[in-house]
Amino acid sequence: MNTMTKQPASAKKVATFVASAIVLAVLPFIVGGTFGNSWVRTLDFALLYVMLALGLNIVVGFAGLLDLGFIAFYAVGAYTFGLLASPHFSLDMPFWITLPLGALFAAMFGVMLGTPVLKLKGDYLAIVTLGFGEIIRIFLNNLNAPVNLTNGPQGINLITPIEVAGFSFGKPHEFFGITFNGVYMYYYLFLALTVLVVIMAWRLQHSRIGRAWVAMREDDIAAAAMGINIRNIKLLAFALGALSGGVAGGLFASFQGFISPESFGLLESIMILAMVVLGGMGNIPGVILGAVVLTVVPEVLRDVIGPLQMATFGKMIIDPENARMLLFGLALVVMMLVRPEGMLPSKRRKAEFEDAKEGV
Amino acid sequence: MDIFIQQILNGLVLGSIYALIALGYTMVYGIMGLINFAHGEVVMVGGMVTVSVVSALMAAGLGLPPLALILIGLMVAVAACMLLGFTIERVAYRPLRKAQRLAPLITAIGVSIVLQQLAILVWGRNYIPFPPILDHDVIQIFGASITRLQMVIIVLCLAIMGGLLLVVEKTKLGRAMRATSQNPAVAGLMGVNVNTIISATFVIGSALGAIAGLMVATNYEQVHYYMGFMIGLKAFTAAVLGGIGNLAGAVAGGILLGIIESLGAGYIGDLTGGFLGSHYQDIFAFAVLIVVLIFRPSGLLGEKMADRA
Amino acid sequence: MAEVLLKIDGIVKRFGGLVALSEVGLTINKGEIYGLIGPNGAGKTTLFNVLTGLYMPDEGSFTFNGQNLFRAKPHVVVGAGIARTFQNIRLFKEMTALENVMVGRHIRSKAGALGAVLRDPRTMAEERAIRDKAMELLAYVGITEVAHEFAKNLSYGHQRRLEIARALATEPKLLALDEPAAGMNPRETEELKALMEKIRASGVTVLLIEHDVKLMMGLCDRIAVLDYGKKIAEGVPEVVRRDPKVIEAYLGVAHE
Ligand SMILES: Nc1ncnc2c1ncn2[C@@H]1O[C@H](COP(=O)(O)OP(=O)(O)O)[C@@H](O)[C@H]1O
Ligand SMILES: [Mg+2]
Repeated sequence: MNTMTKQPASAKKVATFVASAIVLAVLPFIVGGTFGNSWVRTLDFALLYVMLALGLNIVVGFAGLLDLGFIAFYAVGAYTFGLLASPHFSLDMPFWITLPLGALFAAMFGVMLGTPVLKLKGDYLAIVTLGFGEIIRIFLNNLNAPVNLTNGPQGINLITPIEVAGFSFGKPHEFFGITFNGVYMYYYLFLALTVLVVIMAWRLQHSRIGRAWVAMREDDIAAAAMGINIRNIKLLAFALGALSGGVAGGLFASFQGFISPESFGLLESIMILAMVVLGGMGNIPGVILGAVVLTVVPEVLRDVIGPLQMATFGKMIIDPENARMLLFGLALVVMMLVRPEGMLPSKRRKAEFEDAKEGV
Repeated sequence: MDIFIQQILNGLVLGSIYALIALGYTMVYGIMGLINFAHGEVVMVGGMVTVSVVSALMAAGLGLPPLALILIGLMVAVAACMLLGFTIERVAYRPLRKAQRLAPLITAIGVSIVLQQLAILVWGRNYIPFPPILDHDVIQIFGASITRLQMVIIVLCLAIMGGLLLVVEKTKLGRAMRATSQNPAVAGLMGVNVNTIISATFVIGSALGAIAGLMVATNYEQVHYYMGFMIGLKAFTAAVLGGIGNLAGAVAGGILLGIIESLGAGYIGDLTGGFLGSHYQDIFAFAVLIVVLIFRPSGLLGEKMADRA
Repeated sequence: MAEVLLKIDGIVKRFGGLVALSEVGLTINKGEIYGLIGPNGAGKTTLFNVLTGLYMPDEGSFTFNGQNLFRAKPHVVVGAGIARTFQNIRLFKEMTALENVMVGRHIRSKAGALGAVLRDPRTMAEERAIRDKAMELLAYVGITEVAHEFAKNLSYGHQRRLEIARALATEPKLLALDEPAAGMNPRETEELKALMEKIRASGVTVLLIEHDVKLMMGLCDRIAVLDYGKKIAEGVPEVVRRDPKVIEAYLGVAHE
């Protein structure tokens, strides 16, 4: 519990830390070497989703505000990056401008969304945030006329890859005589930023601000009566959650080189929420696990279903894409039925869950 | 002026369908405080089954008149959806009744995905046209036109909604439903079988959903595995708009939303000097919702929930 | 002449048609224990909610320590120096006792999101101070041994004490307690009384709602009586006790 006072790191802790650092460092080579580069790409996406899920977790898990439109902030980050660093407006701004700017805009959107919904509770908040997310998507889809801002459904192409001091993450590079594909470069970049987001989320959780969030989540009236400025603390949650979403969005834009409104639909928002809930709302390791599982499992299914059918039946019985989503939906239901509190619930949430079971 | 009346009529058609679906959301919410995200998919299944049954009957060459075809199709769809609603509740929601609030939301989303994918398996990914038996006779009202079919949709929706209100207000079942939504524990103590009531609520809501599915299918003359998604979302929005948990609110919210949407789509071009076009139609639902909730955080007809400190 | 700490005048609070408070005025002096009594439903808790910013009064005036607090937000009221407990205990159940009290330090500390993330020396020092102060308050109300228990697992008496510690953490000038002895046995009540006297001795003014007339008479410097949202009497306990209007109010309605 005593997280803010420095404790001498035990040998065991150091060992775990070093071990996980090594595993994370060599992971893309193991994965890429065994399964091919497309799986390194999946790892990259897993990291993006970890950032997104951790951002949403600040809003839903820490502050208890149900947000069904979280993907809007990802979109804001992605379009900021895309518009400022692509041929669409013939701009080519460096990432150290576009990425923070995208994060900043996303945070501003977070506050803009948060302000009118301050008084809304629970499901009302959920549906309004959902509506807000849809509105953003519809605008992205249609703001190609009369002035072409977003290029509509075609989206934005040829977005500049991130480049540091002439070193482009988008191109293959040679080190020690081995050529590394861009997906490897991005892996380390994303990993670094993910670590930053994890640290941010962790430190927020164990701070004066984090306590205020929990207090508000548990009883906003008592929290107000203890001197917490509910409005500010709510807006802070929206802004900080959106900030992580915006960073992930910018990274996504540069990584893909292409963005379109299709990537920012309700289903994506729901997916991120599912990662948070399935992993263990409010618990950072749980949320990370949820994001990784829900990114990797559908990809595994994609790879496995086709060949498996061919092997067993000699022909395709079900369209693999169809089977993949079907299994995914079933998995959501079954996992929730088996572990409604998530895979790795926080101690606090577990207690809340037990309360609910005892109560009527 | 003609455009105005025309858009009001279009809005009424759309709005009655929203209202019918919104009732399904609001009944379930009123009783268990749960957003039944899968309700839109029940509507989709209703539409799909009707179209399949009608097509099959036509293929069988029995020479049945169109009305009979549709009625039989509807009956099968209603039965199928009632069973579906019953099953969804039993499998995906009942075990989670005492779990954290978000758990059933996630299973609801899971069920939604499963139903869509099953629909793809059965009916494929393409739009399926409604069999060519629909009557396209047009009636003129105040210079605006409406098909007879659309008139039927409006009248039927209103009748069904009236019937439902009667059931809830006047019958023993309705009383038990109201008691359960007030306080399930107390209702249980008073001898109400809460499980039965919840099942009944899902079954009734799903039957309404099936009828709505048919209406969507006839109105757009096509069905599609994804058709339940947007309309379900809008209908849920309508339920929230009216004050979720409140039946009259769902009806009012649905009709209001339909009218606002079609007026908005009709006039947005003029209002914005051509800057925004009618493809922004979908924005109205959400924009109106946000504005209403800001001023009335519990919806138009919802009870004001004063915080008791 | 005693120094005035809190002064309200003509406070009206309506709920729809119900007038829960009708032109209530009272003055609380620095350093006293001020009692508020009245039959159930008289409006005592409503008055607390008005005084702590949870309900917006419809009319009247409200000054505290020279500051105008009429229709002020709860956190402003707490900042000005009024803290409270709730009639139906409202602890943060899923937080430990220590964390509950630490939340009470929120208004007296500053670290924002940036400090939380950067963990600069100042933030770290503040966080240590929050924790130390919270531990100190747990000791002050006598529940150090349950510091790391979830609040919901504490005994009833401990929960009441924890709520007082949490309120004290905001460094109030006025501590408002809504029926703190409700549900306590005579021994616990006696201990609570000692605690309240200790708090007063430390310089904090106390506003107290209680039904236990004997307790109130022995503890309070002055008492006000509410009935149907109106103040019907105010003064030192012996006088109030003999006031015919008070006797009628208590005899006229069924006692709880
Ligand atoms: N939020 C509220 N909405 C409506 N009526 C309320 C509310 N809070 C209190 N009341 C009413 O105000 C009156 C006074 O209640 P209260 O202040 O709790 O009395 P007391 O604390 O003296 O027992 C009661 O009639 C109560 O029902
Ligand atoms: Mg009271």
